[in-house]
Amino acid sequence: MNDLIFFFNQAIIGGVVLGSVYALGAVGVTLIFGILRFAHFAHGDMMTMGGFIALVLASLLAAAGIAFPLPMGFIVLPFAMVIAAGFALGIDRAFYAPLRVRGAKPVTLLIASIGVTMMIQGLIRLFFGVGTYSFFDSEPKKLIRIDVPIEGATRPIAFSEPQLLLVISTVVAVIALHYFLTRSRLGKGMRAMADNPDLAKVSGINTRLVVRVTWIIAGALACLAGTMLALDVALKPDLAFNIVLPIFAAAILGGLGHAYGAIAGGFVLGFAETLAVFNWSVVLRPFRDVLWFDIPNSLTLVQSEYKLTVAFLILVVVLLVRPTGIFKGAST
Amino acid sequence: MTMRYIAVFAALIALIVGVGVMMGTPFTVRLLVEAFAFALIAMGLNIQWGFGGLFNFGILGMLMVGGFAVTFISYPVNMGFWTSEGPLYLGRTLLAAAIGGVLIFFAHRVQRFGITGKARGTVIVVAWFIAYVIFRSQMDPAANYITSTAGWVGGLGLPVLLGWAFGGVLAGLVGYLVGKVSLGLRADYLAIATIGIAEILRALIKNVEWLTRGTLTVSPIPWPVPNPQAFQAGGASPSASFVLARGGYLALVVIVVLVALFLIHRAYRGPWGRMMRAIRDNYIAAGSMGKDVTGRQLEIFVFGSVLMGIGGAILVSFVGIFDPSSYQPINHTFIIWVMLIVGGSGNNFGALFGGIFIYFVWVLSEPLAQALFLNLSAFSSDMGWGAIPDIESRAVQMRVFVMGLIVTIALRFAPKGLLPEFIGRKD
Repeated sequence: MNDLIFFFNQAIIGGVVLGSVYALGAVGVTLIFGILRFAHFAHGDMMTMGGFIALVLASLLAAAGIAFPLPMGFIVLPFAMVIAAGFALGIDRAFYAPLRVRGAKPVTLLIASIGVTMMIQGLIRLFFGVGTYSFFDSEPKKLIRIDVPIEGATRPIAFSEPQLLLVISTVVAVIALHYFLTRSRLGKGMRAMADNPDLAKVSGINTRLVVRVTWIIAGALACLAGTMLALDVALKPDLAFNIVLPIFAAAILGGLGHAYGAIAGGFVLGFAETLAVFNWSVVLRPFRDVLWFDIPNSLTLVQSEYKLTVAFLILVVVLLVRPTGIFKGAST
Repeated sequence: MTMRYIAVFAALIALIVGVGVMMGTPFTVRLLVEAFAFALIAMGLNIQWGFGGLFNFGILGMLMVGGFAVTFISYPVNMGFWTSEGPLYLGRTLLAAAIGGVLIFFAHRVQRFGITGKARGTVIVVAWFIAYVIFRSQMDPAANYITSTAGWVGGLGLPVLLGWAFGGVLAGLVGYLVGKVSLGLRADYLAIATIGIAEILRALIKNVEWLTRGTLTVSPIPWPVPNPQAFQAGGASPSASFVLARGGYLALVVIVVLVALFLIHRAYRGPWGRMMRAIRDNYIAAGSMGKDVTGRQLEIFVFGSVLMGIGGAILVSFVGIFDPSSYQPINHTFIIWVMLIVGGSGNNFGALFGGIFIYFVWVLSEPLAQALFLNLSAFSSDMGWGAIPDIESRAVQMRVFVMGLIVTIALRFAPKGLLPEFIGRKD
């Protein structure tokens, strides 16, 4: 039984946490792709930037001597998301909008987003250095343990408070996004524009407003994802730059431009990564009497150094076998 | 247009001379060697993006492959490995890989035995899995044995120039595979696919310690020309020895770059180049004129990769150390794009100019930012606000910001680059 709980703690919780981060990032990427038709590479760094905004706000609050029962980084999230959305709008106004007006090709916008990536990275490192920051310098990171009321189970199910908050806020964000996209006028306009921009325009949808709202949502979601990731692990300047590719992989897996697909893709990738590096011999050990071979000490699908590689491999295979993703994406 | 070329290259020479006066000759010669190597890589990207319109974000992977190739060819032979049972183990691994390959080959042709549709897909997946298990069952013991006894495979001890050539060949081979896999994709997808493959390559080269020594790094890698130590043994002063040795290396690199420039410029102006531009500008029209679009694109991808591989090999043998963990997307992929965009994509001289110029800006923005920060810091401490902490580490990061700023400004105000593509008309 303990082995099963170990499996749950390691693989299931790990997969859900990683999947939530990927899903939150991939939704932003896929929204921008659906509306603006380009792969926004700077999304990872917008996540990191959001994390740093939250860090600054949290340390300001902590310096003011205010204390909450929840982690400070989580309390300041709404404000950080507003600021990050403002930054996203500013980035679009300064760097992407002029190119769009000129009628530049999506590829040009992609290269511009690389430039934005470099600028954000440079600025973050300029102001915060290359060190690692933690949200939990002044307060403890709470662990939640749930004892399993089953015979023979001595280990508890364990996860940290930020992980729980991450999953909850992902669910809330996804539901809110769903209602926004399906019920509100603006959300319907967004979906219409993703389907056919010209038709949306002649139908009287304010496409400029839709673009602005897209950036606001993408910036806020990026801030949410970055902060929650930083709460779970630690905040460093290349926090999200390293996972921007798995995020793209998740978005492509779900079909670029397809919001629900991105969420599904995120969780598929999160589980694929955790299960690929999970030590399966632990789960096989209870059956050691019935198995015909000796169980090695470590039996993983890939070595843990290749954890991120799993996502890229899935990405390449998906691009080859089914480039439109699980759900048919908005490919042109 | 000619005036523009003269002005741009004159400004570049003035910049180089200025740096030489300010920072000293040994430093400038070092910078020039690296800048020319980067110019070669930018020319490789120019073939892919400028001629063919193919998006490649996996330059880093090609550079690593080239670097590994030159390390493998030119590093002295590791007798400990060849006298141990390592080769035997590797032979078994090779056999396992071959068995797996045959298995996969037949699985992909299973429809001939009447198995089609989903059943075929299942067979293929199972075959890949079995092949992977067979391979891992031989690879893991071999890797453990080699790392625990001889450390790593070692090099072959052959001439460095052969290593450069091998770097090009190996990168071309990898480019062929990458192109075969991903060239059917649209631009954005191609960008993401190539960057994904490059990251896979990076993880592989970093972690196969038995072959590349991974994070333990390999050094010293020999030079193709007499190195500073050789000159010092001959009685030259340290400063003079650096200038002489690096000068020799520079001459060699410049020859390589000029030969490459001559060849690709001839190709660009010839019928082959016209065909490539036709495919780039309208592949549907080119295809209907009977051009083999996919085949030609693959060709161009391989050509570009060869130049990148050679450039990567030159860089590694110049610094004399192969450190897989030093490769970063910003330093080895994005900066090449900045070079090409600023120089002018589609123009070989633009790639040459952009490569050298941007590399100088990249390196020089660090001391410039440091000087700026020192002044600001002095000002702020004069004002009683205290000095800026960690000026050195911050100044290093300034250059990333400068690169991003340059590329966004270039895209907005000079999207065709400083030396735009020149299209001759013969009416």
